[in-house]
Amino acid sequence: MSSPVSADNQGLLDEAEQGSSLWQDAWIRLRKNRMAVAGGITLLVFMVLAILTPWIAPYGYETQDLDLGASAPSAAHWLGTDVFGRDVLTQIMYGGRVSLAVGFIATAVALLIGVTWGAVAGYVGGRVDAVMMRMVDILYALPFMIFIVLLMVVFGRNVLLLFLAIGAVEWLTMARIMRSQVQSLRQQEFVEAAISLGLSPTAIIRKHVVPNALGPIIVYTTLTIPSVMLLEAFLSFLGLGIQPPQTSWGLLISYGAETMEEYPWLLIFPGLALTTTLFSLNFLGDGLRDALDVRGSKD
Amino acid sequence: MLRFVLSRLLQAIPVIFIVITATFFLVRAAPGGPFDAEKVVLPEVKRALEAQYRLDLPLHEQYFAYLKDLAQGELGPSFKYPGRSVNEILFSGLPVTAELGLYALLIALLIGVTAGVFASLKPNTRQDYIPMSLAMIGICMPSFLLGPLLVLVFGIYLEWLPISGWGAIPGDKILPSITLGAAYAAYVARLSRAGMLEILSQDYIRTARAKGLPEWMVVAKHALRGGLIPVVAFLGPAFAGLLAGSFVVETIFQIPGLGRFYVQAAFNRDYTMILGTTVFLSSLIVLFNLMSDVAAAWLNPRLRSQISGGGK
Amino acid sequence: MSLLRVEDLGVSFVTRNGTHQAVKGVGFSVEEKQITAIIGESGSGKSVSCYALLGLIPSPPGRIDGGKAHFGSRDLLQLSESELRGIRGSDIAMIFQDPMTCLNPYLTIGEQLIEPLRIHQAMTRKDARLRAIELLDEVGIRSPEQTFDSFPHEFSGGMRQRVMIAMALINEPKLLIADEPTTALDVTIQAQILRLIADLQKHRDIGVLFISHDLAVVADIADQIVVMEKGEVVEAGKPDDIFNNPQHPYTRKLLAAIPSGEREDSTAERETLIKVRDLKTWFHPVGQEEPVKAVDDVSFNIERGEVLGLVGESGSGKSTLGRSIMRLAPITDGSIIFDGTDLSALEGNNLKQFRRRMQMIFQDPFASLNPRMTVYDTLAEPLLLHAICTRKNLDTHIAKLMDDVGLARNFIRKYPHEFSGGQRQRIAIGRALATQPEFIVADEPVSALDVTIQAQILDLLLALGKEHQLTMLFVSHDMAVIRHIADRVLVMYQGKVVETGPVKQVFDAPTQPYTQSLLASIPGAALTLQ
Repeated sequence: MSSPVSADNQGLLDEAEQGSSLWQDAWIRLRKNRMAVAGGITLLVFMVLAILTPWIAPYGYETQDLDLGASAPSAAHWLGTDVFGRDVLTQIMYGGRVSLAVGFIATAVALLIGVTWGAVAGYVGGRVDAVMMRMVDILYALPFMIFIVLLMVVFGRNVLLLFLAIGAVEWLTMARIMRSQVQSLRQQEFVEAAISLGLSPTAIIRKHVVPNALGPIIVYTTLTIPSVMLLEAFLSFLGLGIQPPQTSWGLLISYGAETMEEYPWLLIFPGLALTTTLFSLNFLGDGLRDALDVRGSKD
Repeated sequence: MLRFVLSRLLQAIPVIFIVITATFFLVRAAPGGPFDAEKVVLPEVKRALEAQYRLDLPLHEQYFAYLKDLAQGELGPSFKYPGRSVNEILFSGLPVTAELGLYALLIALLIGVTAGVFASLKPNTRQDYIPMSLAMIGICMPSFLLGPLLVLVFGIYLEWLPISGWGAIPGDKILPSITLGAAYAAYVARLSRAGMLEILSQDYIRTARAKGLPEWMVVAKHALRGGLIPVVAFLGPAFAGLLAGSFVVETIFQIPGLGRFYVQAAFNRDYTMILGTTVFLSSLIVLFNLMSDVAAAWLNPRLRSQISGGGK
Repeated sequence: MSLLRVEDLGVSFVTRNGTHQAVKGVGFSVEEKQITAIIGESGSGKSVSCYALLGLIPSPPGRIDGGKAHFGSRDLLQLSESELRGIRGSDIAMIFQDPMTCLNPYLTIGEQLIEPLRIHQAMTRKDARLRAIELLDEVGIRSPEQTFDSFPHEFSGGMRQRVMIAMALINEPKLLIADEPTTALDVTIQAQILRLIADLQKHRDIGVLFISHDLAVVADIADQIVVMEKGEVVEAGKPDDIFNNPQHPYTRKLLAAIPSGEREDSTAERETLIKVRDLKTWFHPVGQEEPVKAVDDVSFNIERGEVLGLVGESGSGKSTLGRSIMRLAPITDGSIIFDGTDLSALEGNNLKQFRRRMQMIFQDPFASLNPRMTVYDTLAEPLLLHAICTRKNLDTHIAKLMDDVGLARNFIRKYPHEFSGGQRQRIAIGRALATQPEFIVADEPVSALDVTIQAQILDLLLALGKEHQLTMLFVSHDMAVIRHIADRVLVMYQGKVVETGPVKQVFDAPTQPYTQSLLASIPGAALTLQ
């Protein structure tokens, strides 16, 4: 919205008082929510660590020390070692890369499909909407847990498939949310005003519908990531998800559960890592929901 | 009312059908057959086995034959345990899993609803923050983490409770039920809190207070009815989740239930077992979803009259 | 000895943003067997004052600062919660504004009706049921037994308000507090409910505290009027005194804001701008066999330069008619001929050309502006879309629009939620004027605004209409507003036009029974004689 300097323009924008947009209000509200902020920072730290892992992990991923075997936390190995003498901290860092990656990528897949599907259905309405949402309803009724287990058994060993399978489950709810958002926005008077101004449907969707539909989408996306990570961990725990030589937090937890009597740290530390990440994402998501839900004052 | 239920049932049928078909072809499409992993088998023996299990027929004929059997309630013989049928194995594990699921559900509902309603009465105070933080822990600590931890603390360190089996030693049902139910207690707590908060801000609650009703009556009689509808609607998905959760819990606590059989069958490529269990469990889930949908709709008087009277 | 005497009442709300004093030094009284009306706009503190009497203000963040409320021998403000509970629903009862949300949808009407009886009198269910049915009959409900066992959603707003009144009176209270009980109702229903309250009050000799924003509504029934502004009482007295001799400037402002008078008859010959012929807009909701005939075979003309009023109650189809003309609602049949071209047949780019020439102003000033666009963006959009100006002289045009609608240029970068309702409506008007249209549909543009702001916006619309030679279709349910602003009027009922003609003629001598009943329902007959 620039205002080119010319004789006709009176510096209207420059002289005007700055307004406070709804996004800014939401950001201020979010900042005040300590748990959400803590969650956000923790998440950021974990993400940075995950990205930098190959460079900053204390030991190599493959490095074993068979003489040492499993050992409790010590100065050399902050979180201890597993039965092969591998450094637990390193394992957790590499596992985190995988778990976080699955979480974000699968969510991104679900987001892309779901948002587009829901937006089209919601905006076009009528028969197109009916058909599209019918398909969602039928797929929704399928017991997905069972199918995913099946898929993983059948086609297993394939991380890509894991992403797709998980994404295939989550996009449905995303589509429903987007559709209901778009539908209700469509009936809002400012959208009608845009129509009566003569704006084209694409312009209306772009300028008026999408910016106002973003709120719930952002919240739901933030809350989908932990749900996806849980699903991956669940599958890996059963032996149906990530396979060695790769590792994930779910896998680490399953190994740790086997030997938890003698080496409890092998269970506790990966568990802590997973739980903390899930906490952070959930608190952040809740905080976003509170911050964005308030629509601004009405008279 | 009857018509509504019937129409929903009819809608459920194509879903179950898709499940059966998709599962059948998926399982068959998997690389590797059921006998490949076994010790080397003589070709004639292999052929005989394949004939017995109908693997020598073309795929679509196998499919229709299976459908025919299904219609009679026959799920076929198990590949892994010759001599035992899928039906047999299923129904041996079913009561165990059902009992586990029931206890977990009861825990989830009792603790969840109490905590959620309690928290909703004084939002944004300690009465709210404490239960809801505990609920957050329930959501963020998956059963496969909570289970081993509980076993560690209560089974191994404190030695208060048994850590495996079901029905063998008194008290061995406690830890598994808690493990399975904890996460759902958390979800139910959050749902009931949100539902109650929504209702408590409605105008008709103010009307009830203006009539001089004591606060407990306002909550119990006026608010609960509407506030708990989200929980009823959640029962369907909760059932599916509990079933999935039982896979893990039964594995951790060595419980001879359906979940554990299912996972083992998956690993063993026991076709009929996988197929049969999937079909059975899926049908149950679809049915349960339907029941909870109908219940949630029926609880709302406006929807109830639409359903039964044909709308006003 | 007054039934209720309030002295020096103060109520504050403590929030994160600071302490807001909603009510300060407020005093008023209700005499036995009389009706005291409290009048004020939003933010006046009228509702808060009355809620405080019964302890119904949520305790954080609300706080009673001080004062006395003498009811009988007791001071309500000093009572404990359990003592107050004993009074609520028995000695003092309350009815609220929106009957659609004030009854519990999950309980039967009967169940809710008998509660006050069971709580305060420990009556058995059987006796309570009989008593409740008596009350339902008294408030004019036709089949009381059936109603007893039914659910709220089966009834209309007017019926539900009757139930609320029955529920309030069932324990024979001495004082009835009514918080805007008719504001959410259609004008003919409003008249009925007002009549009901007035009758019941006389029959049962109770005192009534009647809260409203509408002087006209209380003019007919109040024995005493108390005017509040920004948390304080500014004037109080008998209706005659208030209406004929208002002392306080705010009272005068309120009185002046009541739409009155009519447009002068225009002598100019007018050509026809729009011809609507046999227009039908039918909706087919899912699962219903019968279509909803929102607009059913309507034909009329709109003359250039006139303000045509379109009046009707909810369900009359007036909004749908306006939307149909604007091509916002799908037309089922018929034609709309705008300056010679049939709009109902146009699509795409052709329609876009015509959209420039006709614009709309909506009812809800908050919902009609995109909350994420600044005023600048909102006004720039139509200007650029229809190439009214170039980017270079955008600012000049926007500045002029702001001046035209009376908004400070300084506000150009602000967002809708930072403005008041009246200001937002001005922005909406500015947006409508941006394309320099010939025709504007105003769909209840002032119904959501406070009465003093209403007057300003109406005057603005009239002035702009004259200045830009606009033709206007003004939709409203408020007869007084229509009379004030329109040249001619169309009366709609259930999708059809039942009467039409110059405003003066229709209002003074209506020929159709529906129009007659509409006009008879206008409150404040006493006022209009001023």
